[in-house]
Amino acid sequence: MSHLSNGSSPPSAPWSAPDGSAPDRATADGASPDRLRPGEVTPEGARATAIPDNWSQLLALMVLSRAIESRLNNLFLQGRLHGRLISGRGQEAIPVGATATTRPDDLVCPAHRDLGAHLARGTTPEEVFLQYLWRADSPSRGRDGDVHFGVWSRGVLPMISHLPDSWPVALGLALAKQRQGAGGVVLAFCGDGATSTGSWHETVNLAAVWQLPLVLIVENNQYAYSTPVSQQFRVASLADRAPGYGIPGARVDGNDVVAVQALVSEAIAAARRGGGPTMIEAVTMRMDGHAIHDQARYVPTELLDAWRQRDPIEGFAARLQAAGLLDGAALAALRDDAAERAERAYQTALEAPEPDPAALTEGVYANPAAPARTRPAVG
Amino acid sequence: MTTEATWFASASAEDTAAPGVTYLEALRTALADLLAEDERVLLLGEDIGTMGGAFRVTAGLQDRFGGDRVRDTPMAETAIVGCAIGLAISGYRPVVELQFADFISCCYDQLVNEAAKLHYRFGIAVPIVVRCPSGGALSAGPFHSQCPEGIFAHVPGLKIVCPATVQDAYGLLRAAVEDPDPVLFFEQKALYRSQKAPLDAAAPVAGIGRAAVRRRGEDVTVVTYGSMLPRCLAAAERLAAEGVETEVVDLRSLVPLDLDTVADSLRRTNRLVIVHEDNGSSGIGAEIVARLAESDALYALDAPVCRVTAPDTPVPSSPLLEERYVPSVERIVSAVRALVGA
Repeated sequence: MSHLSNGSSPPSAPWSAPDGSAPDRATADGASPDRLRPGEVTPEGARATAIPDNWSQLLALMVLSRAIESRLNNLFLQGRLHGRLISGRGQEAIPVGATATTRPDDLVCPAHRDLGAHLARGTTPEEVFLQYLWRADSPSRGRDGDVHFGVWSRGVLPMISHLPDSWPVALGLALAKQRQGAGGVVLAFCGDGATSTGSWHETVNLAAVWQLPLVLIVENNQYAYSTPVSQQFRVASLADRAPGYGIPGARVDGNDVVAVQALVSEAIAAARRGGGPTMIEAVTMRMDGHAIHDQARYVPTELLDAWRQRDPIEGFAARLQAAGLLDGAALAALRDDAAERAERAYQTALEAPEPDPAALTEGVYANPAAPARTRPAVG
Repeated sequence: MTTEATWFASASAEDTAAPGVTYLEALRTALADLLAEDERVLLLGEDIGTMGGAFRVTAGLQDRFGGDRVRDTPMAETAIVGCAIGLAISGYRPVVELQFADFISCCYDQLVNEAAKLHYRFGIAVPIVVRCPSGGALSAGPFHSQCPEGIFAHVPGLKIVCPATVQDAYGLLRAAVEDPDPVLFFEQKALYRSQKAPLDAAAPVAGIGRAAVRRRGEDVTVVTYGSMLPRCLAAAERLAAEGVETEVVDLRSLVPLDLDTVADSLRRTNRLVIVHEDNGSSGIGAEIVARLAESDALYALDAPVCRVTAPDTPVPSSPLLEERYVPSVERIVSAVRALVGA
């Protein structure tokens, strides 16, 4: 049928409809011909999408995201970094492709494998390393760690561990954009596991009822911790759920940054002109464990081997090289530069001050005028 | 969660000729004034628009301010509170109505893990107000009668407000909306129509975090809040006839907790009774006693402290059972009598 289900693809791929056909189209919003077709699987179309003008930005962001996580990974293995590392390796095309074309007044609610979304919004490698090292000047000032962060001034909502709890918040962000009437949109990300929660359902339903300018992106990476998608949901495609909410949905090859950007841009454009929310299922593979502590021995080796052939950076670079836009030397230089930036950022963070333990209780409230927990003087 | 709530017939003062407004009308007036004065204020909730809310607190507000600002929502507390958080960090001042305080369990995550922690984690203020019609004594059963304030008073980052008077229904709701932090506003169903008093909308808005002494007395301090204030005042009247002078402290907010006012009173009376409708174990009464015991106020005590609370059971539905469940004037009187040795 497509590159998505060719011989190198893993068996029982979740995007293979039982009869091989695309689900029925739903036109709950009276979709125009250029509108996303709800529930349709569009890999061939996506593959036909031309290389976009911002190809170098897409490549650079994916390479930088990979370089930062690679440096973090090494630091963990060397025992020089503690806590938790949640890798987005192999999924970079989704956050990067989805976020690269957002406007400054748009907002992004990333999940935990979306470092590329932070970078696309202008978050610096220094901010990332300050965050991982719990430095005083990090975005969370040491109050939260690793990728559980967001630089709000760059339009990135800090995520929390409860997934997809950013989604209900995204409703309010999108309602504010809708009321402001300036065309701002909100992107919200989650994984396949999060689609089983009530928060997910409540969010999609309300977004549909109020026709909010929201793009809902589900990164189906085949596993929620150790639970495969076959034990997570019964539908052939998560995008098939969209018509059930009365909104358009579409599935995309999540390892094809061009396809992701094309599809999400279409959804963003629809939201900007008042077309309401779109659900997008981006199909990918989690190439590492749930987090760095997890060897993920429950994932079949052949599945990982198959997906390794479809690495989003390698694939995109090969396409650019075939098109004569990139050569091996330029790619190597890009990678070296990203690795250098990551290393510099790490060194900067290493030297940055740590938080003052005496500040532990500060900032619980924006208005602590009457401190809640102050005890009367002990007599 | 939706329910037909209108059968709850709390004692009604609304139609009496007494001057003033009801507690419920004071809430409505506060919301109307806030909507009129501040375009950032938006109301969200189930059935709050066309119907005016299960208890009619928001009656007429959608007609006056439009469906965009007084917004009916699907039956989805997580989505409603999450939406309010998103609005708040976008510059709005959303006020959510939960149909009953009991349904706050459905949005625990958004309150406890999103709203309460955003400022500590990232310095992002979350000025939401969640109105929670609270309390029993209305034969409404285990799922329409709860007082969940104690659960949330345990959560750093949330403020807990429990108005007990008409003036506070107005003033504290205004203060809650003006506050930059997430506020859970536990308004009392039993007081909605039973409390009526003149309202001074022009009075300075009392900030959150200050208790009020509602009655002066030198023999014993009774600390309470919310629905129990009228019962404590009635008990104090009865005790006065017996020669026992009771000081009644209305906490008004549980977080912040104004322990100074409690300790000051205790130093004058040397005896302490704490009354709340929420059940006792690990509740606000326990917190007050613990904090006093950690301070030199402990030495002011001439007798053990006493808590008068609901028992540690779900709220029963039968009027006979519930009458036994909710602390009564008689129980308060007995507790004070036992403490002062009268």
